[in-house]
Amino acid sequence: MPGIDPSKLHTIPTAAGGYRSSGIGIARREDFSDVTYLLELEHPLMARAARPGQFVIVMSHAGGERIPLTIADFDRDKGTITLVIQAVGKTTRQMQRDCLAGTRLISVTGPMGEPSHIENVGKVVCVGGGLGVAPVYPQARAFKQAGACVIGVVGFRDRSLVFWDDKFRQVCDEFIVCTDDGSAGIKGLVTDGLKLAIDKHPDIREVVAIGPPVMMKACAETTRPHGIKTTVSLNPVMVDGTGMCGGCRVKLHDGMKFACVDGPDFDGHQVDFDDLINRLHRFRNEETLAVEKWTESCRARLDPALHPARETAP
Amino acid sequence: MAKKTIRTIPQARTPIPMQEPADRVRNFAEVALGYGENQALLESERCLMCPQPACVKGCPVHIDIPGFIAKIIEKDYRGAYDVISDSNLLAAVCGRVCPQEDQCEGVCPVGETLKPVAIGRLERWVGDLAIREGWTNVPWVLPNGIRIGIVGSGPAGVACAADMAKAGCEVVVYEAFHKPGGVLRYGIPEFRLPESVIDAEIDRLVQLGVKIECNTLVGRLFTIEQMIDEMGFDAVFIGTGAGTPRFMDIPGEFLNGVLSANELLTRCNLMHAGDFPRHDTPLGLGKQVAVIGSGNTAMDAMRVSLRLGAEKVYCVYRRSVEECPARREELEHAEEEGVEFHWLTAPVEILDDGHGNVRGMRCIRMELGEPDSSGRRRPVPVAGTDFEFEADTVVYAIGTSANPIIGQTSSIKLNQWGFIETDERMATSLAGVYAGGDIVTGGATVILAMGAGRTAARSMKEYLGIRDSESVYAELRADLDSCLFGIPKQERKFARLRTS
Repeated sequence: MPGIDPSKLHTIPTAAGGYRSSGIGIARREDFSDVTYLLELEHPLMARAARPGQFVIVMSHAGGERIPLTIADFDRDKGTITLVIQAVGKTTRQMQRDCLAGTRLISVTGPMGEPSHIENVGKVVCVGGGLGVAPVYPQARAFKQAGACVIGVVGFRDRSLVFWDDKFRQVCDEFIVCTDDGSAGIKGLVTDGLKLAIDKHPDIREVVAIGPPVMMKACAETTRPHGIKTTVSLNPVMVDGTGMCGGCRVKLHDGMKFACVDGPDFDGHQVDFDDLINRLHRFRNEETLAVEKWTESCRARLDPALHPARETAP
Repeated sequence: MAKKTIRTIPQARTPIPMQEPADRVRNFAEVALGYGENQALLESERCLMCPQPACVKGCPVHIDIPGFIAKIIEKDYRGAYDVISDSNLLAAVCGRVCPQEDQCEGVCPVGETLKPVAIGRLERWVGDLAIREGWTNVPWVLPNGIRIGIVGSGPAGVACAADMAKAGCEVVVYEAFHKPGGVLRYGIPEFRLPESVIDAEIDRLVQLGVKIECNTLVGRLFTIEQMIDEMGFDAVFIGTGAGTPRFMDIPGEFLNGVLSANELLTRCNLMHAGDFPRHDTPLGLGKQVAVIGSGNTAMDAMRVSLRLGAEKVYCVYRRSVEECPARREELEHAEEEGVEFHWLTAPVEILDDGHGNVRGMRCIRMELGEPDSSGRRRPVPVAGTDFEFEADTVVYAIGTSANPIIGQTSSIKLNQWGFIETDERMATSLAGVYAGGDIVTGGATVILAMGAGRTAARSMKEYLGIRDSESVYAELRADLDSCLFGIPKQERKFARLRTS
């Protein structure tokens, strides 16, 4: 393993401001749909350190919030990490507008969390729903590299939202796409795909499910009667991601855990999903307000009547 | 100077100007406004200039207190700053947040008859003056080529970094947040320690040649072992702080509206959530806030809540006011600002409003029984005294446990509670790796962490074979008149150190 060169780190101290972050460059951007986009970030050290199941905390601009995002892929040769983001809240929408290739994010910290435990377990199903499709990919790849037989199950609303099916096919021995309307693959939810896989392969040893909490809950309930070990990756509200704030505490049947340092992977049969879903709604009012303000400010920017100076500006 | 006695000095402690409680609960400006020059001169006259000063021993970083006060009396304010900065890089910070009543001021002989000399206020005045005037004491040091890695930019890391940089080492400080300062930045509210003061003090560190790398989570991005084996650091200091907040395992802790004081303070101080939606981080603070615990962090959480628009703030503490671990001054400020204290009260359950939010709390009254292992009388619940009250936010401020990240990612030896094990010289089980501050002792104070950082720096220098002015000229340095910027005359003839 080559030595780490500390000069490759991404912050440059200056005497004037005391310290300054030069930020993390965005090498590539790809839009999968009008809400889902991919950012490939230049961070050689993190690409080297990242393992499947870990996440980063991103702050896109000064005054922004720190949001946790699961690492969807990392390329040690190119020195990049990949994030797949869905524009749902104010920050992710603003990032969708501003984060173009060649621009920089003010702060990206990680990799955070305990890496997933990956070994050759025999047959394993990797289930990804919606946004969880991206982060489940490195797990599928790692299981494959460890010598396991990998069955991929991914779910989307319709055909237009499907992405990365080619990448999955490369690392999966069997691959099932599910769409709500049947426009691609089978018609149904990922749990239908998962049931199909379980019925066909009675010797499945492990299921990894990543996606929205309701989907992970449904997957855990699907596997529970079969007694198949089910790992889920949780994404509660976080501030620091280093175990300091306790905002990300999750309720397991055997007590309280912090997703940022004890997880984000947990045994899906132990997690109290209803509690997780309730806690994800903690800032519902603030989120709505922020999105409204944001939409309003976007409209104001686009409305020339409110910005007469803009038209004459060079 | 004529010999001063307890009878000849000004009898009353010079009061510090303060904001009125009714005004200050509506702003984040500092509560204590600080001395002016005349007040500082007057208060300095109260120092007896003891030949063997107890206060210096009482200070965890051993500031020459009579020395700097003597300089104030001579109106050599720059000289006073030089004396302080010899031992303490963060004068403006420590003058504000040190618990002086338990340290220097606690052992001041004046305090046996009158109120002790207001050492903290004088230190703060000198520190603030130095920031205003832009004074720094940066010796020109010939680099010795030794590389030191510091994990965490809080008080322990900063103190260690400064000492190693002054000794000629190349120092890199790694910080996980996007701004340096550690607990000074995220934990202590603006009205106790303004952000501009932290910026100024961190700037001094940078002027010493210390590099600060933010957004770097050591342990995960690279490990302690990698720092030594691959990154070429000759020694490493770990000052990551205490870390994870404690909860009580009572029903209702997972409801929305329950949060740790760490989370509340981080959102407010570091992320400026009080300014939502201009800053993107939401705060999620209600109108009736109950804070569990009564330490300094609890006081901060309560006073921040008041300033952010809480109408009612309750403090729930299971022991009595005598056992309250907060500084008296903080407690008095909180009382003046309108916090309602419920002593001898323990939470039993946090009540659900039916939609997953906090509706209130059920508590039980306590009485004090036999002393426990901490020497304090153990609180015992009184049966049948359960009562409920309304609240929409519950804040836990009952201490922290060890942060697990360094333990998860290195082979360093931890003690049974998960804190890093060190000897009295701050050396850990890994060669060349030192640790200090809250990650070793559990939650303590800024100045104790700085003291630990300085002890670790001394051990590191010994380990690395560095002989600098600290270690070689320790005795000479005690003689103030022979020193300039803390560097003895004898040493200045060596080319290695020049003053700039």
